[in-house]
Amino acid sequence: MFKDRNSPLYLAWRRFLRHRPGVLSAVVLLLLYLMALFAGFIAPYSVATQHVGSGNQPPQRIYFFHEGQLRRPFVYALKKERDPVTFLQIYKEDRTQPMPIRFLVRGDSYSFYGLRSNLHLFGVENGTIFLMGSDKLGRDIFSRTVIGSQISLTVGLVGVAISFVIGILMGGISGYYGGWVDLVIQRVIEVLLSIPRLPILLALATIIPSNWPSTYVYLGIVAVLAFIGWASLARVVRGQVIALRDIEYVTAARALGQKDLTIIARHITPNISSYLIIAATLALPGYILGESTLSFLGLGVKEPMASWGLLLADAQDLSALSQYPWMLWPGAFIVLSVLCYNFVGDALRDAADVRSMD
Amino acid sequence: MGQGALAFLAQFSAWESNLGRSTISTLRGVTAMLIYTARRLLLAIPTLVLISMLIFAVMQLQPGGFLSNYLDDPRFSEETVNNIKRQFGLDQPLHIQYWNWLTSIVFRGDFGFSFLSGRPVSSIIWERVGWTVALASLTLAITWLIAVPLGIATALRRRGVLATGSNFLGYMGLATPDFLIALLLIYMVLSLGGTNVGGLFSPQYIDAPWSWDRFINFLSHLWIPIVAMSAEGLAGLMRQMRANLLDVLGMDYIRTARAKGLAERVVIYRHAVRNAINPMISLAGLSLPQLISSDIVVAKLLSLPTMGPLLLDSLFAKDQQVAMAILMLSAVLLVVGNLLADIALSLADPRIRYD
Repeated sequence: MFKDRNSPLYLAWRRFLRHRPGVLSAVVLLLLYLMALFAGFIAPYSVATQHVGSGNQPPQRIYFFHEGQLRRPFVYALKKERDPVTFLQIYKEDRTQPMPIRFLVRGDSYSFYGLRSNLHLFGVENGTIFLMGSDKLGRDIFSRTVIGSQISLTVGLVGVAISFVIGILMGGISGYYGGWVDLVIQRVIEVLLSIPRLPILLALATIIPSNWPSTYVYLGIVAVLAFIGWASLARVVRGQVIALRDIEYVTAARALGQKDLTIIARHITPNISSYLIIAATLALPGYILGESTLSFLGLGVKEPMASWGLLLADAQDLSALSQYPWMLWPGAFIVLSVLCYNFVGDALRDAADVRSMD
Repeated sequence: MGQGALAFLAQFSAWESNLGRSTISTLRGVTAMLIYTARRLLLAIPTLVLISMLIFAVMQLQPGGFLSNYLDDPRFSEETVNNIKRQFGLDQPLHIQYWNWLTSIVFRGDFGFSFLSGRPVSSIIWERVGWTVALASLTLAITWLIAVPLGIATALRRRGVLATGSNFLGYMGLATPDFLIALLLIYMVLSLGGTNVGGLFSPQYIDAPWSWDRFINFLSHLWIPIVAMSAEGLAGLMRQMRANLLDVLGMDYIRTARAKGLAERVVIYRHAVRNAINPMISLAGLSLPQLISSDIVVAKLLSLPTMGPLLLDSLFAKDQQVAMAILMLSAVLLVVGNLLADIALSLADPRIRYD
């Protein structure tokens, strides 16, 4: 992969590999994004499939032994009963009915990047398999979480990409030209940074009309997050650009008659790329948390889409939460992904040896 | 130069030397700081004006308004709605509306009218200021009282149960959204058979006068929001304190202090911690936005009578004047908080210069 064993990139790569939690987190993140990529295939059901009569069903355990015999992995069917004391509806495993888990089964159809398919990684016949239980409408929480990752995990990437373009442009112009341009842009950044983040995010999110189609709502949420997010990035870029503005190769490029924007984009930006990559990795968790908070409060993505924050919104009903705690499962994915991004960010920072950034 | 002037000069220099150098420099320091504070306050004004424009613009972009809900009601004619609009000046061009809104806040302390509750905005907000400030300051105090000692302890003993445990908690605290922490705590309390979840008091204590039982009941409701609201700040501050102290402990003057035989206790607390804590002060201003955002989510979940849920409700109901007032207040709070943190930093650290 690396021809030159002494290149700075190779050395940084070696330093990154030495950071165990960072490497492990990078692998976990890769798996999470693969899950998002093949979400329709991995989820046994579609995001909206309702199983009538299976509302609020607890998670089904996977077993390997039936009556003392080793079998292929299976789950037991659940049957409804009334608790004799409280009269609450409870589910009991029907130990006489093992349902073997079949792989590559046909089920709900989904669209795989333009192709229609109904092939699923796993499923059971004549019954349901709810690995994380079901919600009050009988929808599989595991399927919804897996499909919700498509939104929760990409909001960060798209949002950071947008705020990067704005941030590099504004920060670059601000630092490169200085003077009154700098003054104006700095004021704008200061204003954006002096408004508390969540309140203004909420206010901006209410601008998105509720009758928009879901794709637009998704883009709207990303735009709202990026609108606030670019400011801090522009500060980082500006500081770096000021440091590089009068360095020889920039002066040389200017002497050769390159346009200012070309100099910023082609000469300065590549040289601060390590800062940018680290800033991006450290900014990503903020987007994931921001989206989940907006959706949790009902101002983010809406049904029939699913995102981790939106799935957790069901838990706002505190009495339901106390009876059906499995509805908190999507939260574990939020924590896992944010944790991994933080570790990878730390590892990258150590690897690039950029001490001044925090 | 006359005799009198010479005598005065002699007297003055005597007075000055009596007063001593330190007092003079303190006096100079105080004036410099006052000038600095005044300049910062003046600089904050254009920022706040720009913020108010942004907030006004954002709220105007909201599709529909509270009054357009009236049009769905058959009891209201369009004429009535137009009359109400005229009465509140909502039929004026936008820049005049903005000017009226800003000037009535600045000169009359009038934040407008809440259509949702049919009362002036200021009276609605006043009701909630008390609990909001109480909850926020309690959370802030607890965060700092735990984070700083924990940061010191983990920096001094980098391996061991305490360090590993608090590092783990630090990472988890940064990665877990505050509402998830609140949900987990609520589930824990409810599944253990507890009932003190949501609100500030159990029903029988709501209107009761303060008593010991009521206070205990209050505390049993309060710990969930405080833990949920402080977790993220706690984790961040702890990591920062640990990093600062580790930086300072590697400095030459610490080695010097050890070399001249000072007790380790003195080296750590008099020299290292004293210097490591300074950068933390500027972070205090930064913990305000976190508090504000946690207050929205956690207080909404637990239905606490603070500003956060009021902001959410007004945004959902398009009760724009309330939302604008709360947004503006939180921005002012942030600007003032940052200013106070900078002043506190300059008081704590004599090396900071005001220019």
